[in-house]
Amino acid sequence: MSPKKERAPAPKTAKEGEGLLQGKFFFNGDEACAEGAIAAGCRFFAGYPITPQSEIAERMAARLPQLGGTFMQMEDELSSLATALGASWGGQKAMTATSGPGFSLMMENIGLGMMTETPCVIVDIQRAGPSTGLPTAVSQGDVMQARWGSHGDYGVIAYAPCSPQEMYEHTIKAFRAAERFRMPVFVLGDEKVGHMRERVELNQAEVEQAVRREPTVPPEEYLPYEPEEDLVPSMASAGEGYRTHVTGLTHNERGYPQLDEETQQKLVQRLIEKVEKNKDEIIELEERETDEAEALIVSYGIAARTAFGALSLARQRGIKAGLLRLVTVWPFPEKRLRELSERVEKIVVPELNMGQISLEVERVVAGRAEVEGVTKAGGSLHRPEEIVEAIEGAS
Amino acid sequence: MSVKTKKKNVRRRFKRRGTHPLQKYLREGRLPHIWCPGCGLGSALNCLCQAFSDEGFGLDELAVVSGIGCSGRAAGYLATDSYHTTHGRAIPFATGLKLAQPELNVTVFSGDGDLFGIGGNHFIHAARRNIDLTVICINNYNFGMTGGQFGPTTPQGANSTTSPYGNRERPFNLPALASSAGAVYVARWTTLHVRALKEAIGEALRKDGFSFVEVLSPCPTSYGRRNEMGDGREELRYYREKSVIKDGADPREAAIESENQEEIVLGKFLDEEERPSYPRVAKASLGS
Repeated sequence: MSPKKERAPAPKTAKEGEGLLQGKFFFNGDEACAEGAIAAGCRFFAGYPITPQSEIAERMAARLPQLGGTFMQMEDELSSLATALGASWGGQKAMTATSGPGFSLMMENIGLGMMTETPCVIVDIQRAGPSTGLPTAVSQGDVMQARWGSHGDYGVIAYAPCSPQEMYEHTIKAFRAAERFRMPVFVLGDEKVGHMRERVELNQAEVEQAVRREPTVPPEEYLPYEPEEDLVPSMASAGEGYRTHVTGLTHNERGYPQLDEETQQKLVQRLIEKVEKNKDEIIELEERETDEAEALIVSYGIAARTAFGALSLARQRGIKAGLLRLVTVWPFPEKRLRELSERVEKIVVPELNMGQISLEVERVVAGRAEVEGVTKAGGSLHRPEEIVEAIEGAS
Repeated sequence: MSVKTKKKNVRRRFKRRGTHPLQKYLREGRLPHIWCPGCGLGSALNCLCQAFSDEGFGLDELAVVSGIGCSGRAAGYLATDSYHTTHGRAIPFATGLKLAQPELNVTVFSGDGDLFGIGGNHFIHAARRNIDLTVICINNYNFGMTGGQFGPTTPQGANSTTSPYGNRERPFNLPALASSAGAVYVARWTTLHVRALKEAIGEALRKDGFSFVEVLSPCPTSYGRRNEMGDGREELRYYREKSVIKDGADPREAAIESENQEEIVLGKFLDEEERPSYPRVAKASLGS
């Protein structure tokens, strides 16, 4: 085998590139998301137009060429994600963005990305489904799909931004997590967060770049699926001389197909555990007034934005309420929720679906407190009163 | 050099190294392959390796992407960076790889069901965009790995496990499809015509733009058996009898429509002089 080739010049990093943005901007969440990707070092986008995601693609189409990057509008979402995965193996930080119907189409290659441990960021600007549903209206109906959508078992990391500023920040975090854990990572936005326009502070030149863990051994000793202590393997890109074989089939540490039960068990177990065992590093939560709380609101994404209002309203009415906001929805913060559930009597879970995360909350709380979903099939946001009424129903 | 001396030299080399002359393109420890006796995939893969060698490609200048199916396993036997992707998505995966690393020579090696059934949309769009890829389609007229179902290239009337009364659908004419979708290089050979096939693959590899080589290949286990075509050797004999080489022919003449096809047209149908491929177009539009 030949020695490791000089690495092809990396795409311009944010620090040395021109055209990076600094300061305050009046952006919608989709635009902020695109800028977050750019800040994290993403220079490859492949997507297919779909409401309410299109502004991400449009912004990337305008911005990436300025930065020496590549924008591809593909023929569908199947190819959008496949292209992003190919680009990732080509050494790029790659991203795709879509909404419900397109997210459904991506499930196939999400499996490929998970199985081949290919870093990339998948943004889902959720809209109300099933099927075409309400294309221009808000929903959080894809949360469980993001967790379980592709066939087979694997660990998942998903962020749930609740403002344009967070669309920017979470996209950066998603890129870092994708490269750090060598896997596709989700940003679960929604139509409201995607389209609402707010002040967004950008610091693209200063953002810490997402870094890929490169092999430290020569090609002849390199095993592309040999995990390090944190269960994450290093990754060699195409053309670097490592001559990696990548397959969606069950494979051994060398990356070669090995179709037996033992290899399957070991591989799938690790795909789950590399998220589970690094949970403390991944999970991000925001707590408001949980210390003395008797009732707890558990929410995430845009629904949590309404829950902030509900929390103030409840406190005004003399209810000792607290809020646990899941900044990362997956992996699920079982430990913290369990602790909080020991102390509260009731937990309400406002979400813009018919009760997805509330099932997860019920599982974790396991009867220690009463759990009630505040559900909505999508189309509009909760009113803070609805959430407070749900809390009051208990006390 | 006479053919005899050439053969002698090859034998000598073999003896000296104890390995196949194209061994360097194959992954150590991955052989034997999974393909059936009489299958044409080995010959096609050999031609691809020969073309790599003849065109002077080093392993690190190459990447091969496959989809799913018997042909999809080819990537796993090659010593280049190689990718065995999802069913039908080899072309978009290769598109991402090529655009991320434009200096890599990226080949897609996959089957007719993969590239034109589930992946048909990606094929026509990559051709339309003139992405600088070499796409080699091993056409064995059926879905072999899943047990011999009819596919997008199965001739009318042919038997398969899902067309027990004969296939009622009209098949694609792949060279015509590729040409009309925008490919800049289109050729068809069979696994019998190994020299011509190797040269065609070599030309396709060197071509800037979307190049397409269709390889007609026997599938005695799944297709030949159900259509009274005999074993692999007899299927090759069938190709020898039916093949007519017509370089430069209108690809519309290349249809393989029925079981009782009178002739099968082979050759190089299209070799467009200069049409900028995708990475070049994208750069030019930015004025750099």
